[in-house]
Amino acid sequence: MSPRRTDTGGRVDRLKTIRFTFDGVPYTGHAGDTLASALLAKGVTLFGRSFKYHRPRGLLTAGVEEPNALVTVLKGEVREPNIPATMIEIHDGLVAISQNRFPSLAWDINAVNQLGGKILSAGFYYKTFMGPVFGPLKGTRFWMFCEHFIRRAAGLGNAGSAKDPARYERMNAFCDVLVVGSGPAGLMAAKAAADQGVRVMLADLEPRFGGSANWSDETIDGAPAADWARRTIAQLEGRDNVRLLPRTTVWGYYDNNTLAALERVSDHKEQPAKGEPRHRYWAIRAKSVVLATGAFERPLVFPGNDRPGVMLAQAAERYANEFGVLPGERIALFTNNDSAYRVAVALKKAGAAVVAIADIRPELSPEMRKLAAEAEAEIFAGHAVVATEGGKALSGLKLQRFDMTNGTLTGDARSIHADCLLMSGGWSPTIHLASQAGAKAEWNAARQAFLPPKPTQKWIGAGAFTGSFSTTEAIAEGRAAGLAAARGQSTPAVLPVVEAVPGDPDPAPVFEIRANGKSFVDFQHDVTAEDVRLAHREGFVSVEHLKRYTTLGMATDQGKSSNVPGLAIMAEALGKPIPEVGTTRFRPPFAPVSIGSLAAERFGDLKPERLTPMHDWHLAHGATMYSAGLWYRPMIYGHAGETIEQAYVREAKATRESAGIVDVSTLGKIAVQGPDAALFLDRVYTNMFSTLAVGKARYGLMLREDGLAFDDGTTWRLGEQDFLMTTTTANAGKVMQHLEYFLDMIWPELKVHVTSVTDEWAGAAIGGPKARQILATCVTGTAVDNAALPFMGIVNGEVAGVPVMICRLSFSGEMAFEVYCGAGHGTHVWEALVEAGKPFGLVTYGLEALGTLRIEKGHVTGAEIDGRTTARDLHLDWMLSKKKPFIGSAMMDREGLIASDRLELVGLIALDNRPLNGGAHIVEELDEANPHGSIGHITACCYSPALGKHIALALVKGGKARQGTRAHVSDPLRNRFGPVEIVSNHFFDPDGSRMHG
Amino acid sequence: MLITCPYCGPRDVIEFTYQGDGNRERPDPASQNFEAWNAYVYDRLNPAGDHNEIWQHSGGCRAHLKVVRNTLTHEISSVAFVRGDHGRGDHGSAARRKAEDKA
Ligand SMILES: [Zn+2]
Repeated sequence: MSPRRTDTGGRVDRLKTIRFTFDGVPYTGHAGDTLASALLAKGVTLFGRSFKYHRPRGLLTAGVEEPNALVTVLKGEVREPNIPATMIEIHDGLVAISQNRFPSLAWDINAVNQLGGKILSAGFYYKTFMGPVFGPLKGTRFWMFCEHFIRRAAGLGNAGSAKDPARYERMNAFCDVLVVGSGPAGLMAAKAAADQGVRVMLADLEPRFGGSANWSDETIDGAPAADWARRTIAQLEGRDNVRLLPRTTVWGYYDNNTLAALERVSDHKEQPAKGEPRHRYWAIRAKSVVLATGAFERPLVFPGNDRPGVMLAQAAERYANEFGVLPGERIALFTNNDSAYRVAVALKKAGAAVVAIADIRPELSPEMRKLAAEAEAEIFAGHAVVATEGGKALSGLKLQRFDMTNGTLTGDARSIHADCLLMSGGWSPTIHLASQAGAKAEWNAARQAFLPPKPTQKWIGAGAFTGSFSTTEAIAEGRAAGLAAARGQSTPAVLPVVEAVPGDPDPAPVFEIRANGKSFVDFQHDVTAEDVRLAHREGFVSVEHLKRYTTLGMATDQGKSSNVPGLAIMAEALGKPIPEVGTTRFRPPFAPVSIGSLAAERFGDLKPERLTPMHDWHLAHGATMYSAGLWYRPMIYGHAGETIEQAYVREAKATRESAGIVDVSTLGKIAVQGPDAALFLDRVYTNMFSTLAVGKARYGLMLREDGLAFDDGTTWRLGEQDFLMTTTTANAGKVMQHLEYFLDMIWPELKVHVTSVTDEWAGAAIGGPKARQILATCVTGTAVDNAALPFMGIVNGEVAGVPVMICRLSFSGEMAFEVYCGAGHGTHVWEALVEAGKPFGLVTYGLEALGTLRIEKGHVTGAEIDGRTTARDLHLDWMLSKKKPFIGSAMMDREGLIASDRLELVGLIALDNRPLNGGAHIVEELDEANPHGSIGHITACCYSPALGKHIALALVKGGKARQGTRAHVSDPLRNRFGPVEIVSNHFFDPDGSRMHG
Repeated sequence: MLITCPYCGPRDVIEFTYQGDGNRERPDPASQNFEAWNAYVYDRLNPAGDHNEIWQHSGGCRAHLKVVRNTLTHEISSVAFVRGDHGRGDHGSAARRKAEDKA
């Protein structure tokens, strides 16, 4: 005897045959089948091996909560593991394989783990592998040895390593009412809300809308429930204010009624349609949400409850009524509540023999006895299943008399021959989303279940989700919830009439039958009732600790079927009522979510590119570009056959010998304007700007509020109330935000406006002994001699017919000028300057030469203004005005910031004439074998063509006092050790005679 | 999280930059009261409940906003422009008093 397809019934299309393979064996199924239903119809009962003990496992459920039947789906090179077979719609060409078995599902060598059950009990890993080594087979090192083997034997499917070629999408959606779940409650809610004219979204994780209407034998308004559902959906489909989302799992409930959902758009197709993604991630902002997510049936905990052939009663009802598949020929039921009886009738109608109904309760209602009679099933009231028999499939079970008041078993065991055992341990409302939304679930003793908490966000519950398990209640609550969510007027309406079998929604408060053998609580993680008790004996009292120690409820099913039974067993061990033990809070995601959908289109290099106006010119003239933050800047303009070092040395050398030009358009530029602009700058900079004359520039330093150095740059006074501030390239955004903060928050009375104008200007710095001569040949409208353009002076003129602003300032230490023009004219002016420089040997230079020139001069940049250094550390204390307070002035003199052993800026010269490395440590005594005693590190280094030496800037403890002494670089990572001399950071032309000219 | 900018309307939190505890009071710039400066630079309230915060609409109008956000629920009960408030009007003092009352 085995499961089989019925001749009629179900919502599968028997005329459409679909071909697929499972573990390499070809099978056929029908349109509308899941992998689970199709395989079950072919008599397959063994779907996987369990996590720790490698016990054979079959289907426990028919839905998303399935803990056992996890498979891997192969698509081309891509393998996706751990998908419940109950959630896979079959399609032609589907290839699925079972997991956690070796060498094959039927013959698994690790099944021997079952014999060592005591060894792998709760906390096995902690006890065996944590802590110090006592003896050879203990401790953390032993774990390192065993890990490979254990990870291979225990666990789930293997993820693939091939790149996922599928496309994923993200969609932002807004609606007035989001209805989650499309059973009778959800359908009524969606319809009631849609009738109010508001925007409605209806999502269900199943491919078919209708929920329980798809598998119940009830009638609604005189028609089979499924027909009523079809009609209602057809009414919704035609409306333009309704969006229907089948195959869509709402998996996260976040702040402000933002919900996350995963739509499996094309997993059920052999090939996605053109333009169709595989999955779509929905970020839904709903004004209000109706939670109609139903309830999960709970297993009972008894020995052998995990044998293939033992499943939940509702699952059997679904297989029979929704898929036309009988899970067995001779079926027994084991229940603590009334809901199993309608399943008995359904299976009888579908053609199975229902051989026994074991009910924990000694007294049964006449209605249940009538249903049992209809199913032609023998009733065993006050009985429990104490064992199951069979190997990879169920062959029978044993019953014993059971006293539910004290849990004792009496009398002789009675054997019953059956190939399928259905269990029902009561129902747990699917309150996950409500719990995620922020509130604690409340225990209801009558329902023996956690009911949804009071809403902390804008949601309304309906149907089984609220603990109202009958369809009549679901329909009434659904309509009311839909109306309320749409803020509609509650009008009296004739509700659809449900004809259903009667039943008491409250189960007997029994979760476990204690008898010999392994009784599973968490099927996916192989946690038994005894594991829970062991954890208690070892002192675990908090439910959160219990979870982590036993791993109960921590598998990919997140304990959808195991949480409440596990808690009940823990409560019993503790001698406390369940609500005092507490439930754990549910967290997103409700069900596994593809990582691809979270990334959607946002992967790869998403960084925007910022290009200077002269970018194309640089490329056309041999520049090797370098990515600096978001900017691209020339690193070198290499000649054929040159190394990077040769190129930058040539560029730097030529600049000092004749002249060089560099693109400085990336510098941050902020227009600071208004009557109080000068006053504002006095507060922002450590030095004075109100005393700066119009037409002059000044170098400025900013501190943070805590007194550490923040940024530096020159600011140009273009008019009485008009300043152009420049910042370092990297800090342009931060400085802008800094200024805005102080203007908005601290000094709103100041009449100042700040505007980022970085992109408005193109800039070129031209420096070197010939720089002035070059400008003189191409600048019109102004003189550029010392009288017209002194050091730090600003003039306006023209280059090649384009207005330019020229400031004489120097970063390179040479006589140098920054020429600014409108960004649109950048290349035009640049070309004119380069052309004018040709007779003078002007070179273009990149970031490497720029860095070399500044290191030779000892100027600081972000490598030295690193958020830890003060103005004094960088020898910029001459810039700290004593005449006025400024940002950071109150905090900069704290004890720790003026200590004599702080890291201070120095220069280093390599005495062994070999290159130095950025980041290398400086030590007093060299100890290559045991590097220690760092007194600082190198921040920037280069070969200096001006000095003919390898030099560096460094931050060294008490560095100023060490000038003239020797130390060593200690760089074990790059195996670079050697002597250096500590010198002033001003290596080259310390008195500045070259730039002053 | 949505923040309703008084200028731009409801916008996703991704458009905003958190600019810190809105209860801080900056001492007079010339003040040498080190305790007050230390409190301003380093001390932050960390209430479980309503918190006065400063957010800049950096991806929008760039205004600084004083936002009252519940740190337990992320519920935002008020949003207003900072400018005109000097950053130390009722906004800061009220919450500070509340915190002091509790302590
Ligand atoms: Zn705004």
